[in-house]
Amino acid sequence: MERRTLFPGTLFPILLVLPQLLLTVVFFLWPAGQAIWSSLTRADPFGLSSQFVGLDNFSDLFSDPLYIDSIGRTAVFCLCVSVLSMGVALGLAVCADREIRGRSWYRIMLIWPYAVAPAIAAVLWILLLHPQIGLIGGWLNRHGITWDYKLRDNQAMAVVIGASAWKQVSYNFIFFLAGLQSIPRAVIEAARMDGARGFFRFRTVVLPLLMPTVFFLIVVNLVYAAFDTFGTIQALTQGGPGKATETLVVKVYRDGVVNLDIGGSSAESVVLMLAVILLTALQFRFLNKRSGA
Amino acid sequence: MRRIDWPAHVVLLLGVALFVLPLWLVVAGSTLDPAAISRGELSLIPKLSGFSVYGSVLTQGSPGSGPVWQMLAVSFAMALCIAAGKIVISILSAYAVTFFRFPFRMAAFWTIFITLMLPVEVRIIPTYQVMSDLGLINTFTGLTVPLIASATATLLFRQTFLVIPDELVEAARMDGAGPWRFFKDILVPVSSSNIAALFVILFVYGWNQYLWPLLVATTPRLDTIVIGIVQMIGTETQTEWNRVMATAVLALLPPVAVVILMQRWFVRGLTDGEK
Repeated sequence: MERRTLFPGTLFPILLVLPQLLLTVVFFLWPAGQAIWSSLTRADPFGLSSQFVGLDNFSDLFSDPLYIDSIGRTAVFCLCVSVLSMGVALGLAVCADREIRGRSWYRIMLIWPYAVAPAIAAVLWILLLHPQIGLIGGWLNRHGITWDYKLRDNQAMAVVIGASAWKQVSYNFIFFLAGLQSIPRAVIEAARMDGARGFFRFRTVVLPLLMPTVFFLIVVNLVYAAFDTFGTIQALTQGGPGKATETLVVKVYRDGVVNLDIGGSSAESVVLMLAVILLTALQFRFLNKRSGA
Repeated sequence: MRRIDWPAHVVLLLGVALFVLPLWLVVAGSTLDPAAISRGELSLIPKLSGFSVYGSVLTQGSPGSGPVWQMLAVSFAMALCIAAGKIVISILSAYAVTFFRFPFRMAAFWTIFITLMLPVEVRIIPTYQVMSDLGLINTFTGLTVPLIASATATLLFRQTFLVIPDELVEAARMDGAGPWRFFKDILVPVSSSNIAALFVILFVYGWNQYLWPLLVATTPRLDTIVIGIVQMIGTETQTEWNRVMATAVLALLPPVAVVILMQRWFVRGLTDGEK
């Protein structure tokens, strides 16, 4: 879509976009270009020169069982976080959409966690789940169930999934509620008159109309789980025990910043970039379907 | 009289409990005796005398960290600069790409759009190199300016600008308003609810940054409160839990307050813009 009425001039608008453009080029495009370049080169052991090696870093990456493991782990993690947080949020939104007393109070109480930093969400969960001091963790250990998410792989995974999903419920709730409220009351009334009620009405009338929101949120949640949970994981487990909670982003950080493997880490970055591009493209497809067409 | 919808209330109250209980636990825990917490005697009943821990955390911090007021100041400055900076440069660039035709206009638009696809998380190492080449490591400029580019805000403003009626633009022009006057006196007021909504979203975004400050600011002078608290729980052996919890409460209060106070604009802006 374009505007019909315009202002004349060339220099003025260029000056207006320049600050944004400069920041984008210097802090986004240049580093991204460098990531692509160093993913295609390999430094000699002394770091004096680097040599072009084509796609070697990538073939190394995908023949590394540790990397394949990390992909699988990230997929499971993202899926669990998305399903859990979207499921809970949808349930809450359906209830908050009804004509009940205290709606606005419930709304506030359910959206404030949007503002909690992922890393702070982790701190709140530590106090519940810490094996000694945690309210739930300590209780489990005193009652004969061995609980220590810093030593046991599955428990560590469950904890990072729980904390990450918890933080995302508010966001999903806001969108589901907006989606439900945009469904015309007349449609619901008509379904009611035809005798559709309860879960049947939800499944056959409400859910299909809510599908654009659902698709949009699936993409947003996958992106959130894959990229924005670094703080949560770092605060809770640092990717451990061993590699039990090492998602792809945690691995880029460990390989690049901690272990200083520049070529490998850059190749991992490029793979992640492709993933984000794919997800963003999907997101905008759903967006266009939803608003226009 | 209307029948009370019990199932809905039960579900919603469970949801509220899911969110409020962990928060309540931190508030209560922050007032307890650290030795008691370490013994596993965390309780949901706060001890009134323990609230003095907040004053002491603000001025002295925890073992191995600076005073918390300083971290709060860094977080505030960072969140405000990022929110204000993103809004200003995005509204300007959205104005340029919607109301003018200039060479490479679409190229400029797509370049801005691409930033959506390049979050810090996917370009950790090269960004660090660029930052150190520019001498921006451990500076406040380095902490804030690179995060100011914003495709999301630009897209949101562009959406608003596209539907401004042609008659309004014509009328303004007939009254002799130049491009700058039109922008200042018409576009900015028309976008005020967008600006309010973006302010909330971007303030929260800036406040909650973790990976970025972890990479580019390693000096304690520039520790944000989010960085500070993760450091505090990292030194597991002599953690004074009541101090950690008090810091956590102080860390989440400002962004939560902003969201609650500006709830109306925030919810609408978020769902309109489809961030």
